[in-house]
Amino acid sequence: MAAKTSVVTESGEVRRALVVGGGLGGLMTVLKLCEAGVPVDLFSLVPVKRSHSVCAQGGINASVNIKGEGDSPYTHFYETIKGGDFLANQPPAKGMAEAAPGIVYMLDRMGVPFNRTPEGNLDFRRFGGTLFHRTAFAGATTGQQLLYALDEQVRRWETQDVEDDRGVTLPGQKMVRKFEAWDLVALVLDEGGTCRGIVAQDLKNNSLQAFRGDAVCLATGGPGLVFGRSTNSMINTGSASAIAFQAGARYANGEFIQVHPTAIPGTDKLRLISESVRGEGGRIWVPKDKGDKREGARIPEAERYYFLEEKYPKYRNLVPRDIASRELFRAVKHEGYSAEGQEAVFLDVTHLNRDVVKKKLEGVLEIYEKFVGVDPYTNPMKIFPAVHYSMGGLWVDFEKGPDGALAPASARNQQTSIPGLFATGEADYQYHGANRLGANSLLSCIYGGMVTGPAMVAWRDGERRSALDLPSSLFEAETRRQQDAWDALGKRTGGEYTVNPYELHGRLGDMMLLKCTVERHDKDLDEVLATLQTMKAEFKRCALLDPAGSGTMNQPRVFLRHLAGMLTLAEVIALGARARQECRGAHYKPALDPELTTGAVGRDDKDWLKTTLATHSKDGPALSYEPVDISLLALARRDYGKVSTGKG
Amino acid sequence: MGLDTVTLKIRRGEGPGPSRWETFKVPRRPMMNVVSCLLEVQKNPVTADGKASTPVQWDCSCLEEVCGACTMVINGRVRQSCSALVKDLSPEGQTVVLEPMSKFPRVRDLVVDRQRMFDALRKTRAWVEIDGTHQLGPGPRVSQEDQEVMYPLSRCMTCGCCVEACPNYNDRSAFLGPQVISLARLYNMHPSGSMQASQRLDALMGVGGIADCGKAQNCAEVCPKAIPLTESIAVLGRETLKRALFGWLLKG
Ligand SMILES: Cc1cc2nc3c(=O)[nH]c(=O)nc-3n(C[C@H](O)[C@H](O)[C@H](O)COP(=O)(O)OP(=O)(O)OC[C@H]3O[C@@H](n4cnc5c(N)ncnc54)[C@H](O)[C@@H]3O)c2cc1C
Ligand code: SF4
Ligand code: SF4
Ligand code: FES
Repeated sequence: MAAKTSVVTESGEVRRALVVGGGLGGLMTVLKLCEAGVPVDLFSLVPVKRSHSVCAQGGINASVNIKGEGDSPYTHFYETIKGGDFLANQPPAKGMAEAAPGIVYMLDRMGVPFNRTPEGNLDFRRFGGTLFHRTAFAGATTGQQLLYALDEQVRRWETQDVEDDRGVTLPGQKMVRKFEAWDLVALVLDEGGTCRGIVAQDLKNNSLQAFRGDAVCLATGGPGLVFGRSTNSMINTGSASAIAFQAGARYANGEFIQVHPTAIPGTDKLRLISESVRGEGGRIWVPKDKGDKREGARIPEAERYYFLEEKYPKYRNLVPRDIASRELFRAVKHEGYSAEGQEAVFLDVTHLNRDVVKKKLEGVLEIYEKFVGVDPYTNPMKIFPAVHYSMGGLWVDFEKGPDGALAPASARNQQTSIPGLFATGEADYQYHGANRLGANSLLSCIYGGMVTGPAMVAWRDGERRSALDLPSSLFEAETRRQQDAWDALGKRTGGEYTVNPYELHGRLGDMMLLKCTVERHDKDLDEVLATLQTMKAEFKRCALLDPAGSGTMNQPRVFLRHLAGMLTLAEVIALGARARQECRGAHYKPALDPELTTGAVGRDDKDWLKTTLATHSKDGPALSYEPVDISLLALARRDYGKVSTGKG
Repeated sequence: MGLDTVTLKIRRGEGPGPSRWETFKVPRRPMMNVVSCLLEVQKNPVTADGKASTPVQWDCSCLEEVCGACTMVINGRVRQSCSALVKDLSPEGQTVVLEPMSKFPRVRDLVVDRQRMFDALRKTRAWVEIDGTHQLGPGPRVSQEDQEVMYPLSRCMTCGCCVEACPNYNDRSAFLGPQVISLARLYNMHPSGSMQASQRLDALMGVGGIADCGKAQNCAEVCPKAIPLTESIAVLGRETLKRALFGWLLKG
C-alpha cells in the first residue's frame, strides 16, 4: 500500500516513529530514522543533553589497531563473548565488533574531541578484559562528548522540515520534535497486540497525551536505582522497561547486574572512578597489615599487597569487572583488609607522571577531588565496588545474516516480544551476556541505534496499517485509563496512606544492594523475594506527599509510578538470581564456586547456558529459558590466568 | 562543636506565582552535599518549626557535576547543588540558602525551564555538518595541541551558571549568552566544522549576538567547568569583526 508508507496522510498529518529516551542509544536511532526520511517524536525525562550517557568516563572500544599490536575486530568479538562468559548471542556481538571502527570514525567526523597521537590520529587506551589498546577516549568524559555529538546532530534534524513524497516541505513540521521533561506512562497496543503508540506525561504540568507511532523504540537506559545508591544517574529507575514488561514484553537475563570494582563510597551516590584509571597504570592495593590505619601515602611500598597483580600476573589490575569486584569484596569483607581502617581498598595513581595523568584522566580525578576533598595525585584513593550496569534488559530478537553477523535492515533486529516495539541501549539485553567489558557499552548503545533505526523502518514499511489509520478511540481509551490511574494517586491522602515512598525506596535499595549483588546466597534471595511481597503491599499504602493540584509539577506523585516499576524489576532480578544454579559472569553464588566448595559446579554449560526470560503474570514474573546462539565461537574456560598466591 | 544538623532555607513557589521561604533541618553527615540534604527532606518533609510540608522539588540527575541539571543559587552564588558540599557551605553550622535561578521561568521550587539555552544552540547552528552517519572513513587529523584547546570548550553542559551571572542576559534582552559564543569557537576550530564558520558568525552578528556582551567577565568566574569564556568572546569578537569588514567581499 503505497499510501501508507508515505510520510504524510491525505489529511496532512505526519506519520512519525516514536523514540523514548535520548541517551546514546535513542539519539543514534533517531539519526538513522531521519536519514531514512522518517520523522520522529523523541521523548525524555530530562533534556536529552542531560541523559545518563553523559556520565560515561573511560571510552569506547574499537579495534582500529593504531598501536600496531595486531588487534582486530575478530579479537574484540572473541573477548566480548569470553568477557560475557559465553552467555551473549554471538551474531549481534560479531556485528558490533565489526562495526566499531566505523562508529568511532563517524563520531570523529561529528567533532568529538578525542585524544590524539602525535601524528594526529585517534589515541587508544587499555581497558579491562583485553591486552590491547582498544579504547578511544576524550579526556575522561567520553560519554559526555559522544552524547553531545549525537545531540548536536539530532538538533540539526530538529531544524529540518518534513517533506512530502513530492519533495514539498510541510510548513511547521520538523523532522524531529522533542518532548523533554516527559515521562512514558503506557504503551498503546491494538487488538492484535501490536504497539501503535504511547501515552506520555508532560512533567511540567502533568497533562497526559497519546502519541501515535508507526514503530516505537524504548532507549530508556538501565535500572540502577533499584539498588538505591549506585554509579547511575538519579533518573535511571528502569520505569519504562517495567511498563513494557507489564504490557507483555519479555525481560531477559535480569539477574546479570554488573558491579563495578572502583567507586567512591557516598551517601547519595557511589561515584565511579573509571576503569581507565587502571588502564593508564593505576594500581589496586591494601596494606599487608590488616590493622594498618595509616593514610595510604604513608605506607611504604614493602608493606603493600597488590592482590590483583599477584593473583592475575597477566591481566593484573585489568581483569574483567566481575572478577575484580569479587576479589575486592572478598579482600575486604572476608579477609579483613581495609584502607585507612575503612571498608575500602586503595586505587593509586600517585606513582604516575602528574601531567600525563592529568591530560588523560582529569575529568575522573576531579570528581574524587571535588567530592572527597582529597588530592588523588598525591594520596591513594579509597574505593569500593558499586552497582553499575545491567546486562539484562528487554528481550530483543535478531536475525543472523549470511556472514554470521546481523542481517542488515531486518525488522526482527532489536524488536521486543511486542510487535512494533523495539528496544536499544542499556534497556535491551543483547550484547554483553553475563558480564560487560569496560567501554563496550557506549559502543553497544550506538551500534544498537544503528541497527534499530533501519529495523524500525523495515517494520514500518512491512506493516499494512499505519497508526494514523487506527480509530482514535484506541488512543483515547488508554489515555483515559492512565488519567484515572493518575487521579487515583491523587487520592492517597490520610488514613491508611502512611508510608513515605522515598523511605520505602531507601529500604528496597539497601536490601537489593546487600543481598543481590556481588555474592548471592539462596537463603538471602528467598528472603528478598518474600520481603518484596511485603513491600508491594506497603506500596499500596504509600502516601501522596504533595497535594498540589493538576497543572503543577509534582515530582513526588510521579515518583510513585517509578517506584512501582522498581519493585517490579527488583522481583525479576531476584527471581532470576534465585533460579540460576551456577556461577557465570556477574552472577556468583559462593556455594557453587569450586574454589570454595570441592565438587561445586561453577559455570554449568550443560544446564545453564541459556537466556533467562521473565514474563509478567498476575502472580508476578514467571521464568522460562531459551538457548543462546553459540554458532560462531567454541566455548572455553574463562580464568584470565589466575594463579594461587597462598595468601588470604 | 556538635554539628548534628544542617539548616536549609529555601525559596519555594509555583510558576510565576509568589515565593515563600521555608526552613528545614536535616541530619548532618560527613561528605554531605546539598542534594543529599534535599533527599532527606523528601523522606521527612516537615519544616524546622514542625509544620508538615511537601518535598522540595529540584532537578538533578548525574550527581557528579557533568549533566548540568541541578544548577541553583546557593548562598547567593549560582552553582551545581550536587557538588556543593555542606562542609564548605556551612563549616560552623551556618544556614544554607537555596533559590532557583532568576534568569529563567520558574516551574516549581528550584526547578526552572532553561529551554532558551537550547534554542540558542539551534540558532547558532552549534554542530559540525556531516554528510551522513554512513561509512566515510576516518575523520580529519587533529593535532594534540588543537585537541587540548577544543576539549575544554566542549565540556559546556548548558547548566546556565554563566548566563545567570551575566548582567546582559535577562528577559528583556535577546542575548544568546557566552556559552554559545564559546561553542561557535569550538566548531569553527574543527577542520570540517570550519567550513560553516561564516554561518555561525552571521548568527552571532545578528540579534542577541556577540555585540550584546558588555565584557563584564562575570560569566567566566562562575563557570563550573572553567571554560575560558572571556578568551572565547575575544576570539569570536575578532572573527566577527573580520567578517563584518571583509565578509561582503566573499558574498556572491
Ligand atoms: C558512571 C558511569 C560511567 C560509565 N562509563 C562508561 C564507559 O567509559 N564506557 C562505556 O562503554 N560505558 C560506560 N558506562 C555505561 C554507559 O554509560 C551506559 O550504559 C549508557 O550510557 C546507556 O545509554 P543509553 O542510551 O542506553 O541510556 P541513557 O543514557 O541512560 O539514557 C536514557 C534515556 O531515556 C530517558 N528515559 C528513561 N526513562 C524514561 C521514561 N520513563 N520516560 C521518558 N524518557 C525516559 C532518559 O531521559 C534518557 O534520555 C558508564 C556508566 C556509568 C554509570
Ligand atoms: S563577559 Fe559579561 S556581558 Fe559578556 S557574557 Fe560574560 S558576563 Fe555577560
Ligand atoms: S559555559 Fe560554563 S557556566 Fe555556561 S553553561 Fe557552559 S558549563 Fe555552564
Ligand atoms: S546532578 Fe548533574 S550536575 Fe548536578
